[in-house]
Amino acid sequence: MSLTHFIFGRLSLHSLPFWAMIQHPTVGNIVNGGIATTAAGLVVIGAVMTVGLITRFGRWRYLWTEWLTSVDHKRIGIMYIVLAFVMLARALIEAVLMRGQQAFGLGGGFLSPDHFGQLFSTHGTIMIFFMAMPFLTGLINIVMPMQIGTRDVSFPVMNSISLGLTVAGAMIVMVSLVVGQFSTGGWSGYPPYTELAFQPGVGPDYWIWAVSLSSLGTMMSGINFAVTIYRRRCPGMTLMRMPLFTWTALCTSILMIFAMPPLTVATLMLALDRYLGFHFFTDAAGGNMMNYANLFWLFGHPEVYILILPAFGVYSEVIPAFSGKVVYGYVSLVLATMAIALASFGVWLHHFFTMGQSAAVNASFGVATMMIGIPTGVKIYDWLLTMYRGRIRFTVPMIYSLGFMMLFVIGGLSGIILANPSIDYQVHNTLFLVAHFHNMLIPGLLFGMLAGYHFWFPKAFGFRLDERWGRISALCWIFGFMFAFFPLYALGLLGFPRRTVAYFDPIYVPYMMVALFGALIILAAFTSLVIQLVVSVIRREEYRVPAGDPWDAGSLEWSVAAPAPEYNFPVLPEVTARHAFMVAKENGTAYRRPERFADIEVPKSSPMGAILCVTGGLAAFGLVWHIWWLVAIAMLASIAAIIAHGFSRDYERVIPAAEVRKDTMRWLNAVAELRPASRDHEAESVNMGFAEHERVRELAE
Amino acid sequence: MSENAYANPGIRLRATHHHVDREDEVNLGFWVFLMSDAILFGTVFATYAIMVGATAGGPGPKQLFDIKSVVIQTAALLLSSFTYGMASLSLKHRNGHGRLIAWLVVTLLLALVFLGFEVHDFLAMFAAGGGPDRSGFTSAFFGLVPLHGLHVTTGCIWMVALIVQMARYGIDEDVMLGLQRLGLFWHFLDIVWIAIFSIVYLGGLA
Repeated sequence: MSLTHFIFGRLSLHSLPFWAMIQHPTVGNIVNGGIATTAAGLVVIGAVMTVGLITRFGRWRYLWTEWLTSVDHKRIGIMYIVLAFVMLARALIEAVLMRGQQAFGLGGGFLSPDHFGQLFSTHGTIMIFFMAMPFLTGLINIVMPMQIGTRDVSFPVMNSISLGLTVAGAMIVMVSLVVGQFSTGGWSGYPPYTELAFQPGVGPDYWIWAVSLSSLGTMMSGINFAVTIYRRRCPGMTLMRMPLFTWTALCTSILMIFAMPPLTVATLMLALDRYLGFHFFTDAAGGNMMNYANLFWLFGHPEVYILILPAFGVYSEVIPAFSGKVVYGYVSLVLATMAIALASFGVWLHHFFTMGQSAAVNASFGVATMMIGIPTGVKIYDWLLTMYRGRIRFTVPMIYSLGFMMLFVIGGLSGIILANPSIDYQVHNTLFLVAHFHNMLIPGLLFGMLAGYHFWFPKAFGFRLDERWGRISALCWIFGFMFAFFPLYALGLLGFPRRTVAYFDPIYVPYMMVALFGALIILAAFTSLVIQLVVSVIRREEYRVPAGDPWDAGSLEWSVAAPAPEYNFPVLPEVTARHAFMVAKENGTAYRRPERFADIEVPKSSPMGAILCVTGGLAAFGLVWHIWWLVAIAMLASIAAIIAHGFSRDYERVIPAAEVRKDTMRWLNAVAELRPASRDHEAESVNMGFAEHERVRELAE
Repeated sequence: MSENAYANPGIRLRATHHHVDREDEVNLGFWVFLMSDAILFGTVFATYAIMVGATAGGPGPKQLFDIKSVVIQTAALLLSSFTYGMASLSLKHRNGHGRLIAWLVVTLLLALVFLGFEVHDFLAMFAAGGGPDRSGFTSAFFGLVPLHGLHVTTGCIWMVALIVQMARYGIDEDVMLGLQRLGLFWHFLDIVWIAIFSIVYLGGLA
C-alpha cells in the first residue's frame, strides 16, 4: 500500500465532478459534468459564504454558545427545521432536473443514466431522511414539551446528539456532491445491485453511512420523546387530556423506537458485505437478498407512519383553531392514531408483492393494508366534522389543511388500489406508484409540516409570517402538486417504469410536459416560501405577537409569551381539562399573575452534540473513502467524548426567581395594555397575540 | 391538594411530584433503549434463523462449533450476572466502596474470560475455513455472535469508566444511576446470550 493511498484512501482527482469532463470532453460528459460541477460549486460557495458571513460579523461565539451547544429543545427544534429547509432546496432542484430530463427524454435527453440514477437516489434519501424526518423531529421538539407543560425533554444532551448525528448524515450526502458519486440504487438501496459486484465505487457507501447516522439519531429522538411524554407531563395532564399533536408525537416516537433498529441492521449488514466480504445479501455463497427487502420494509413501512402521524397531529391542531371550535371526536382521533401505529407493523410485505411469495400471503397483507384506510378515514371525518358549522378562517395553515384533505383522500384511494396484489402486479415499479407515494407524502406530510411551520413560527420567533406570500406559496404547492403528479398516474397506467432515464414512445411526451410544468410551479412555491421568510423578517415589527396567542388556540404552548422564554413556563401549569388554555380563557383565568416565583433549573449547554456531529461525520467520510487512520481517530474521539461526558457532574444552571419574575411581569404588563384582536383582523398588525376570545360552544358540553 | 391527586396514569412507579423524579426518568429511558436493542437482536436472530442452512458447500455448525469452549463462556457470563447482582446488593445496602468495587472487578474479569474464549473460538473458526466471507451461514453467525460480544465489550468499558468515576466522586447520584443502568444492560446481555446458546450452539449441534 502506497503512502498516498494510506493518507487519502480512495480519494483522487478522479473524485472531482469535473475531472471526467476535462479528460474526455464529449458533449454528454460536458453536460453532466457541468451540472454536477455547478451543484458542487453551489455547495462549496454556500459553505464558504456562510463561514465568511459568520466571520465577517463576528458571530462565531454567539453561534457556538447560543445554538450549536444549546440543549434548549426549542433551539434544537429550530436547527432541525433549518436543516430540513436547506435539504428541501437541494432535493427539490434535483426533482425539477429529473422532470426536465424525462420531459425531454424521448430518445435520450440530456442526463446520463448514471447521473439520473444518482439524482433519484439522493432525491429520495434526502426527502425522507434529511427533509421529512428533521422537519417533524424539529416540530415535535419545539411544540411537544410546551404542550405537556414541561421545561425541556427528558434527556436534553441526547437531544442535541440526535441533531448532531442527523446533521452529520446530511453533510455526508452534501459532500457526495463535491467528491465522488452517490449511489444509483435508489433511496431503498436494494442489494444485490448495491453490492460490491455491481457498484464497486463509493456511491452505496455514502448512502449506507448517511442513513446509518440518521437512523441512530432518530432512534435516540424516539426514546427521548416517549420518555418525556410518559414522565414530564405537568400535574393534571393525563394522557387523555394531551393535545392531539402530542399524541401523534408519542405514537411516532414508539414507531421510531421499534422501527429504526431493522434499518440499522439492514444498512450495517450491507456494509459488512461491502467492506468485509460477508454474504448477507450477495447473489452467491448463500446470500439472501430477500432478507434485505424484509428488513428494510420492516423499517420502511412504519417509517411511512412516522412521517404522516405528526402531520395528522398538526392538522388536528390547526383545523379546530381556525374553525373556532374544539376538535371533533378527540377519543376517536387518539384511537385511530394508535390503531394506525400498531397496524403499520403488519403491512410491510405490500412493498414487494411481486417477489414470489404465495397468493395467500399476498392476500392477507393486501387486506391488512386496506384496513389501515379505516382509521385514516375516521380521522378525515373527524376533521370535516370539526369544520362543520365552525367559523372558518382561510389562513395559510388552513389552506394547507384543505388542500391536504382533498388530495390525501385521492392518494389514499390509489393506495387502496395498490393494496390489491393482482392490481399491484400490473402497476408495480411504474410511475403509478411514484404518483401514489408522492400523493401521500406531499399533501400529507409536507403540507402538514408547512402548516405547522406557519402555525408555530410566532411561538418560536415572536412574529407571524407574511400571510400574502404564504397564501401564494400554499396555492402554488397545491396546484403544482396536481400538475406534477396527476399525469404520473396516467403514465404509470400506460406502463412507464419508474426510475427510467429515457424512452422511445412519443405518447408519453405530453404527460411529461405537464408534469414538468407542475414541477416548475412547485419550484415557485418554494421560492415564495423563501421570499415570505425574508419579507417577514424585514417586517417583523409589524408582525410581532408578544402576548403569545395569535390564533386564539387552546393548548398550553399558547399560554406563554412569544417567543417562549427559555424555561417555557414561569410557573409549571396545572391543568384540569383538555384544551387547558382555552378553558382558562373561557373562565377568565388566563394571563394571571403567578402568586410566587421560584428558581428554575434549566439544563446547561453541552458541546456533545457538536463533537459527535464532527467525529461521526469524519468517521463516515473515512469509511466511504477507506481512509482508515481517519476512521480510527474519529471513532476513538467519539468514545473518548462519551466517556468524558460521563464524568461531568454540573449540568444544570439556575435562573433566579427574581429574573423570572421580572420577565414574566414585563410580559403580563404588556398583555394588560393590549387591546384584544378580533379574528377578523388576525392577519393584521393589530393582532399582537392577545386574542379576543370567542366562546367555544362545545367546550361547555 | 394532596400529592396523590396528581398521580397520572401511565408508567409511573409512584405518584408524580412537582419535581420530576430523575431516577425513574433515567431508568425508564434505559428500559426503552433496551426494548429497541432487543428489536435489533431480534432481527439479527431472524436473519440467522433463515440463513443457518445456507452453508454454500462450506463448513456448518457441527464442523465449526466447540461446545466445551461455549459452555465455559456461558458459565463465565452467567456467573458474571450473579456477581453483578452482588455488586447491586452492595450498592443497595451501602456496604462501602471496597466490596462494591471488588464485585465489579470480579464481574469484569469474568467478562474478560468470556471475551477471551469467544475470540479464541472465532480464530479457530477462521482457521477451519469458516470465516464470515465463506457462506451465508458464517456471515449470519458473525453478524450475530460478535454483535453480542461487542455489547459485552461496551459494558466492560462502561464498567471501568464507572469505577474510575467512583474513585473520583465517590458513590454519588450519577454513579448510582450508572450502576443501575449498567446492571440492566448486563442482565439483558445475559438473556441475549441464553438465546444465542440455545438457538445458535445447541440448535446447531443438535
